[in-house]
Amino acid sequence: MIGSHVTNVHQTLMIENSEVSKSGSNTSGSLDHPPPTGRRTFLGWVIGLGTVSVAGLLSIPLVRFALDPLTRAATSTGWSDLGPTSDFSETTAPQKRTISITQTDGWRTVLSEKSIYVVKKASGELTVLTAICPHLGCSVKYNESNNQFKCPCHNGAFTTEGKLVSGPPPRDMDNLEMRIQDGHLQVRYQTFRQLVKSKEVLA
Amino acid sequence: MKQNAKQSGFMSWLDKRTGIEGLKHEALNEPIPGGARWAYVFGSGLLYILLSQIVTGVFLAMYYVASADHAHTTIEYITKQVTAGGFIRSLHSYGSSAMVVTLVVHLGQTYFFGSYKGRREILWISGLMLFALVIGMAFTGYLLPWDEKAYFATAVGTNIAGEVPIIGDWLKALMRGGTEMGTLTLSRFFVAHVFLIPAGIFAFVGAHVYLFRKAGSAGPISEDPYEPKQKSEQFYPKQVIMDIVFATILVGALGLLSYLSPVELGPKANPADTQFLPRPEWYYLPIFQWLKYWSGAYAIVGIVVIPGIVAGFLVALPFMDKSLERRPWKRPIASFSFATILCGLIFLGWQSGHEDGADAAVAKQLAKQATETEAFMKTPFKSETMGPAMLIAAPLSPEAAKGKKLFTDNSCDGCHGDNGQGTENGPKLIGVSVKFDHDELVKVLRNPTQKMRDGNMDPVEIPDDDLALLIAFLNTLK
Ligand code: FES
Repeated sequence: MIGSHVTNVHQTLMIENSEVSKSGSNTSGSLDHPPPTGRRTFLGWVIGLGTVSVAGLLSIPLVRFALDPLTRAATSTGWSDLGPTSDFSETTAPQKRTISITQTDGWRTVLSEKSIYVVKKASGELTVLTAICPHLGCSVKYNESNNQFKCPCHNGAFTTEGKLVSGPPPRDMDNLEMRIQDGHLQVRYQTFRQLVKSKEVLA
Repeated sequence: MKQNAKQSGFMSWLDKRTGIEGLKHEALNEPIPGGARWAYVFGSGLLYILLSQIVTGVFLAMYYVASADHAHTTIEYITKQVTAGGFIRSLHSYGSSAMVVTLVVHLGQTYFFGSYKGRREILWISGLMLFALVIGMAFTGYLLPWDEKAYFATAVGTNIAGEVPIIGDWLKALMRGGTEMGTLTLSRFFVAHVFLIPAGIFAFVGAHVYLFRKAGSAGPISEDPYEPKQKSEQFYPKQVIMDIVFATILVGALGLLSYLSPVELGPKANPADTQFLPRPEWYYLPIFQWLKYWSGAYAIVGIVVIPGIVAGFLVALPFMDKSLERRPWKRPIASFSFATILCGLIFLGWQSGHEDGADAAVAKQLAKQATETEAFMKTPFKSETMGPAMLIAAPLSPEAAKGKKLFTDNSCDGCHGDNGQGTENGPKLIGVSVKFDHDELVKVLRNPTQKMRDGNMDPVEIPDDDLALLIAFLNTLK
């Protein structure tokens, strides 16, 4: 049985050879007649170039995918509404407000609450101060009895308009960017570097 | 000329250090008995798909989180928000289908062409191992998006494992990380999908390629599997070009498919949903259908005995079949049995779809699920909201809300945090109401201990009524 199979195999083999090859010896398993070196090198370049260009094409979506967060980095906290400006026209003492701010962090949204003070300056202008002390970040509290802001942590004191009076804080209280939109006071919440003389935005 | 000499100088330096010329020779000058053929492209095609799966998989992991809470959101984010995210996820998902199809072609061809013959037993078995590992990749990857179909298909899949006699329950609990499906199941599947099974795949691909090169190409079906006699051609350049052309067509087709028809994501898994009809990925349908016929006491036959016989047959094949004959029409039993299994699988797959269509209730539910998926794909991405529980959860009672105002007005939040979570300047207050009852709280607030005073805690000087409100707020901090 096996013998006849082998013969069959050899018959086919002969046909196969006459079809495929016109030249060359029949030494079994030999590496006969590789194309001339010049052609091999040229083909190598063509294949290399082709592969690199296909890979390059494919890497475009991959690179864009990986760089996606960079295209979103510019998003800053939006404007928080503090209500009609008329709410603040009567007052002389700073008004404390809590605003909720929303920050986008990839696939999540982080909510937090921040305290701010709306202050009417002597000139009648409104200004918004963050309650975070520029010293080490405690919450500054307004003291009605002596019309001063006082930080409970190390006794930093500020005037009604947030000017530094005494204590360890290196600078005045930080004011926030604000605008009036349709009669409403709006503020953009930011945090600032602590312990430095000049105001530097962190986030 | 000078440039050339310099280059060859560099190449010879590099070769002396690395032996790269020898490697190149080894890789490119492999003799192929009977010459290069389009029929031989599937093995290297699989390598290219594997490469694509690895690259897209690594990139997907930049955004994916393997937790029952976040997995679905992160996949939704990838699909709907991230630039090219839907495309890359689709490439990965369609890539798994392409992998299974190409693998079946490669295995079927090796079988029908008798290329497993001639001292190729271990080569063949390493290929079977790779087949099993790829099936494992498909199974574990399917759960990761944590949408309805992923969840319920995996619930069914792990239940099947539970039917294995004696160790079934243990096996199921091992896969699930407990008796029920949950976040631990997802973590386990993730670890299997990105660490364990890939490690096995790398090892076996290495072994498979090495053993293939050692045994040599088997050549056409007319060739002697032990001592090739036909005139051979080197792997490079003709076969290399054919392989690359095939790989380019494959990747191009996958890219086009991903671009034109991106993979969808269904709504998040709801374990309480009792209506959902799970359907596995299409290449699992034949097995899904097969298992329908084996229930109760016979389940073991369908799940363990018959698949075991098929697997055992495949493993034993090169040991049993030592004849030199490779032409399929001269090996009727071998060809017929494999063709039967293949046709059987195709029939089962067709039957599964047919039965779903024939049962009106099932067809309706499946259509509903498809509509829900489509609707979900159209809804804009909604991020997960995080923050202090009270900002998201139910609003505070009026007293507690007033207490909260007192908490911020008196700058308690300065040291203890917006919501009593604590800061570097003061301890957290979450849980204080468990530690101290109302009277004790009044006492320490009015008259802090020395330790508290050292930490800058001032006595709270507000009216008794306000203090009660403040404590009402503290009671909500849990
Ligand atoms: S933190 Fe405000 S004074 Fe130190």
